[in-house]
Amino acid sequence: MQINEITWQAAGQQGEGLESLGEILASALNSFGYYLYGFRQFSSRIKGGHTNYKLRIATKAIGTVNKQCDLLIALDKDTMSNEALAMTEKGVILADGILAQEYEGKARCFAIPFTDIAKQYGSQQQKNIAALGCTAAVIGLSEESLIGILSEKFSGKGASVVNANLAVLKAGIEYIKKEAPSLINSLALPELTQKEKHLFLLGNEAMGFGALSAGAKLMAAYPITPASEVMEYVVKNIKQLGGQMLQVEDEIASCTMAIGASYGGARAFTATSGPGLSLMAEAIGLAAMTENPLVVINSQRGGPSTGLPTKHEQSDVFAAIYNTHGDSAKIVLSPSTIEEAFYDTFEAFNLAEEYQCPVIVLADLQLSLGKQTIPVPVYDKMEIRRGKIVGADSLPPITAPEYFPRYSLATTDGISPRVIPGTPNGICLGTGLEHDESGRPTEAKAMRTKQTEKRLQKMATFLRKYKNALAIDAPYKEADVLLIGMTATRACIEETVDTLRSEGIKANHVQVRLLSPFPAEEIASYLRQAKKIIVIEHNATAQLANLLRMHIEQCPHLENILQYDGDIMYSEQLLKLCKEVL
Amino acid sequence: MATLQDFKNNVKPNWCPGCGDYAVQMALQKAAVQLGMKPYELALVCGIGCSGRLSGYIYAYGMHTTHGRALPFAQGLKIANPELNVIACGGDGDGMAIGMGHTFHAIRRNINLTYVLMDNHVYGLTKGQTSPRSDLGFKTKTTPTGNIETPVSTLEMALAAGVTFLAQGFSPQLQELTDLIVAAVKHPGFSLVNVFSPCVTFNKVNTYEWFKDKLVDVKDIAEYDNSDKGAVLNQVLEHEGLLTGLLHQNLKKPSYEELSGLSKNNQMQSVKKLAPEVFDKLVKNFY
Repeated sequence: MQINEITWQAAGQQGEGLESLGEILASALNSFGYYLYGFRQFSSRIKGGHTNYKLRIATKAIGTVNKQCDLLIALDKDTMSNEALAMTEKGVILADGILAQEYEGKARCFAIPFTDIAKQYGSQQQKNIAALGCTAAVIGLSEESLIGILSEKFSGKGASVVNANLAVLKAGIEYIKKEAPSLINSLALPELTQKEKHLFLLGNEAMGFGALSAGAKLMAAYPITPASEVMEYVVKNIKQLGGQMLQVEDEIASCTMAIGASYGGARAFTATSGPGLSLMAEAIGLAAMTENPLVVINSQRGGPSTGLPTKHEQSDVFAAIYNTHGDSAKIVLSPSTIEEAFYDTFEAFNLAEEYQCPVIVLADLQLSLGKQTIPVPVYDKMEIRRGKIVGADSLPPITAPEYFPRYSLATTDGISPRVIPGTPNGICLGTGLEHDESGRPTEAKAMRTKQTEKRLQKMATFLRKYKNALAIDAPYKEADVLLIGMTATRACIEETVDTLRSEGIKANHVQVRLLSPFPAEEIASYLRQAKKIIVIEHNATAQLANLLRMHIEQCPHLENILQYDGDIMYSEQLLKLCKEVL
Repeated sequence: MATLQDFKNNVKPNWCPGCGDYAVQMALQKAAVQLGMKPYELALVCGIGCSGRLSGYIYAYGMHTTHGRALPFAQGLKIANPELNVIACGGDGDGMAIGMGHTFHAIRRNINLTYVLMDNHVYGLTKGQTSPRSDLGFKTKTTPTGNIETPVSTLEMALAAGVTFLAQGFSPQLQELTDLIVAAVKHPGFSLVNVFSPCVTFNKVNTYEWFKDKLVDVKDIAEYDNSDKGAVLNQVLEHEGLLTGLLHQNLKKPSYEELSGLSKNNQMQSVKKLAPEVFDKLVKNFY
């Protein structure tokens, strides 16, 4: 049987090597050119606790996972009462040993002694590799295609470990051949004729890579789920670029340190999640007031407080836009795919320097921890723009007590030229207090008013120029429905829209990629073209819908689909909910 | 060669007449001259409080940050711009209350910058509340029946954190303070200079006279060995922290810059597109 996509899943206890099983399988499939999307569900524990790794394998680009699964590797009891109940009609379960007896669902369930195979040919630890062998046999992946990847992965552990893994792999394949021959190639994908080279990476890695590509040389951060992979990626790669990643004492320090570094002329950033963003509120205000560039990556998880550390949510929208006090000018980008996460993070550094303000790249757990095949970023598309920096060559001589007018009001776009400390004839002051054009504290009413307007003017300038505020798929001038989402719901909404259109419903889709300043004018035109508008978000307070209502004059009625149970949204489910509204 | 005049900006400080901070300002200006700095080669990073206004009173690059955060800002600045002389300043509320965590970790990190802490045992700018350095029994607007919380020992804390340069000065002893700041800036790593800088308005207990009677210069202590941390700690305990001079220096612990490799390869000032081959290398990580 030939099919165009498979959803494969392994589920069991944390610490059983499920993630590395998924990674090895994905590496092999990526080398053949298949399109992949991997997603892991886990709890805040190191060992123990039920977990799963889902991998969707397709012959065309995909950006999320399905709810249902075609091939399930079941390694613990919990799997039989959870993942095993969400199987497709053609679905196959390979359950470890006696677990199969507990299955009461409709899918074909086979008892496979993964643990025994591993023990016999290697060690119990390698039951994930036995499962890899069995998977390979079912989806038609050759032993040869896995040997190189396994050898490389375990090369650091010595030849005996490599050989044991290879033996267990072979034993897994052989077991299916002998004991369940009907499964051989039963879920095989068609061979791809075009082999495009793709990257397979986490959203967090894409953002770290985007930062390094943009010339970021200092990252200061504090570990937090689901953002830590940004630090872990950056620390591996930043040294060779002459930069540094610092794990510091808290998020107040990390954010303030990044501002100090960017004031000093470097491109600097931090990455965090909601609890860290709350602590950074103070520093973000400092960057806004002193007009220093700052890039903060915030990956949303369930809140408030410690909330749901390992679960998906989009409830930091208001926190990202408003979390610091005062009238603060800042930019909030919300990339909606892993590819956009790369480019938006890259661009965040340009915007932070051009507009001399904090830029928050607002991701969410699915975007951060989803792992996807994406095209290689286009080198020529990347351009570094540093905005108005004045060097020593263009500065007239000054002596004490004259200052360079760092906060000059002689600007039409709100952006005053800045100097990097250490530049001769550029001495200036900065302060979190309201200040005059030289950065000296002042309470003078006229100056206060003008400086406030200058800072806000920058955002108006930015909004006029920015081209990537929305991702638009809106072919209908008179649409039956407009679906609006943000961040990682993009692919899920796209698939839902495809289905609606195939059923004759004129569905438009707008994914909001810029949350502050809000692109009200641009989005308003799409609102007026639709009979019904559904705003889809992962929070309980309809934060995106409320932004629309706040910014759009005479905003039409908005329907909401809200999910806040910690799970990601699946297109099967979204389709059903949309139809209820329609 | 820059002169004292080159570091003056003619701004009249908003400190009370007689405040100890005037002398700290002067000592910093004199130290900058002694060190042969030009004003544009110096950046002062301050926190919030009376002391925090100092960056606005010296002609150099100045950044007046948020309460307690001068050190995180200063560390980022120094790493990003290693040629710059970075001096962070703040008071005992700034560094020992709201910013205590940063102070401790900045000491551990040992980045090559100087922290001048102006210690008056009281909150001045908010008009007289208790500080973590206030003595037991000290009466303020927020401790009307006297402070009951043990005062922080800055010196013991710094030693516990592994400080590599620890000095303590007293505002009226201007030349000694200047020399301590000069030595601190020259120290290859994090240097802490705690300065007793009396508040003449809100602290009627720990006055100039009070300090003058009690302070002992380590030069006057027989066989004082500033490289022996244990012996230094004993002296600090014995004198209840009321010492002046270069109390401790450890030249064996390399700076953060040395240990991280940044002293050999620091490209922070180079903001440009990655070379194509470097970009390709990063791309290949994900195949």
